[in-house]
Amino acid sequence: MKKPASNQQSKGKNESVSGVYLFLLIVLLVYLGVFLIDSSRTLAAVQFSFEMLKKLLPILGLVSVFMFLNNLLVKPSWVKNRVGYDSGWKGMLIAVVGGTLSMGPIYIWYGILQELQQKGMRTSLIASFLYARSIKPQLLPLLIYYFGWLYALVLVVYLVIFAVFNGLLTERLSIKS
Amino acid sequence: MDSKKELRKSTGLSPSLRKTGKMLLRIFPNILAIVLLSGLIMEFVPMSRLSEFLGGGFFTDGLIGAGIGSISIGNPVVSYVLGGELLDQGVSLMAVTALLVSWVTVGSIQLPAEIQTFGTRFAFLRNGISFLFALIIAFLVLITMQILTA
Repeated sequence: MKKPASNQQSKGKNESVSGVYLFLLIVLLVYLGVFLIDSSRTLAAVQFSFEMLKKLLPILGLVSVFMFLNNLLVKPSWVKNRVGYDSGWKGMLIAVVGGTLSMGPIYIWYGILQELQQKGMRTSLIASFLYARSIKPQLLPLLIYYFGWLYALVLVVYLVIFAVFNGLLTERLSIKS
Repeated sequence: MDSKKELRKSTGLSPSLRKTGKMLLRIFPNILAIVLLSGLIMEFVPMSRLSEFLGGGFFTDGLIGAGIGSISIGNPVVSYVLGGELLDQGVSLMAVTALLVSWVTVGSIQLPAEIQTFGTRFAFLRNGISFLFALIIAFLVLITMQILTA
C-alpha cells in the first residue's frame, strides 16, 4: 500500500496562531454584521450557543482525558500496528466501531484524530471513523420509532458498508491527487 | 539508550499534560466558532418550512434533501423529527433518507475546522464523497425497502 507523504504533520506544527483564530474571527464578524441588522435574534443565537456549549463541556472534558491518555500512553508504534497502513481489516473494524461508539459532535474529535494521524494512523481510517459517527446506537430506538425497525436496520447496514467505502475512496483520491 | 530517554522525556506526565493543554487551546477556538455559527443558523434558518423546497421530483428531491442535510446542524434527533414530519407531508423517502444521512455525514459548518485540522484536500474529498454517498444510500434504501416490503 502506497503511503501518502505526511504533509499534515508539518502543517500541524507550522499552524500559526492567526490560523487557529481565523475561523472564530470570521464568525464573530458575521455576528457583528447580523447584530446590526437584528439585535434581538442575534442575542437569542448567542443564548442558544451558550446553552449548546454548556452541554458540550462534559464531552469535551472526556475527550481531553482521551487526549491526555493518548499523549501519555499511546506510542507511535502501537498506533502504526493497530490503525496504521498495514493494519488491514482489523484497523478498519477499530475505526468503524470507534466512530460508532464515539459521543458528541464530530469536531470535538478532530484534535485527537490529528494526534493519531501524526503517530501513524491511516488516512482511510480517519475518514471511516468520521463517517461511522453517523451510526448512533443511543438514538436507534428513536429512529425505529419514527421510521420502523426495518428501515433503521437497512439504513444502519448501508451506513456501515459506506463508512468503509468512504475511507478507502477518500484515501485513494487523496493520494492520487 | 538516548532515544529511550528522549521517549520517556516526551511522554511523561508533565509533558503529556502540557501537550494536551496546548492541543485544547488549539482546538477550542474552532469549537467555539462552530457552536456560535450553529446558534446563528438555528435562529435564522426556518427548519419548519423545509418542505416548501421539496416536491420537485424523485432525483431533485434527493438532491435538495441531501443539500439541506449538508448545511444543517444540531443533534440528529432533530433530523429524525424533521424527517418524520416531512414523510407525513408526503415528501419522498429518497429525499428524507438523503437528508438524514447527509445531516450526520456532511459537515459544511465545520468544514473550516476540518480543513484546518486535516488539510483542504482531505476535507473537501471526504465531504464531497459523503454528499454523493448520501444520494446513493438514499436510493439503495428506497430500492431495498421496496423489495423487502413487496
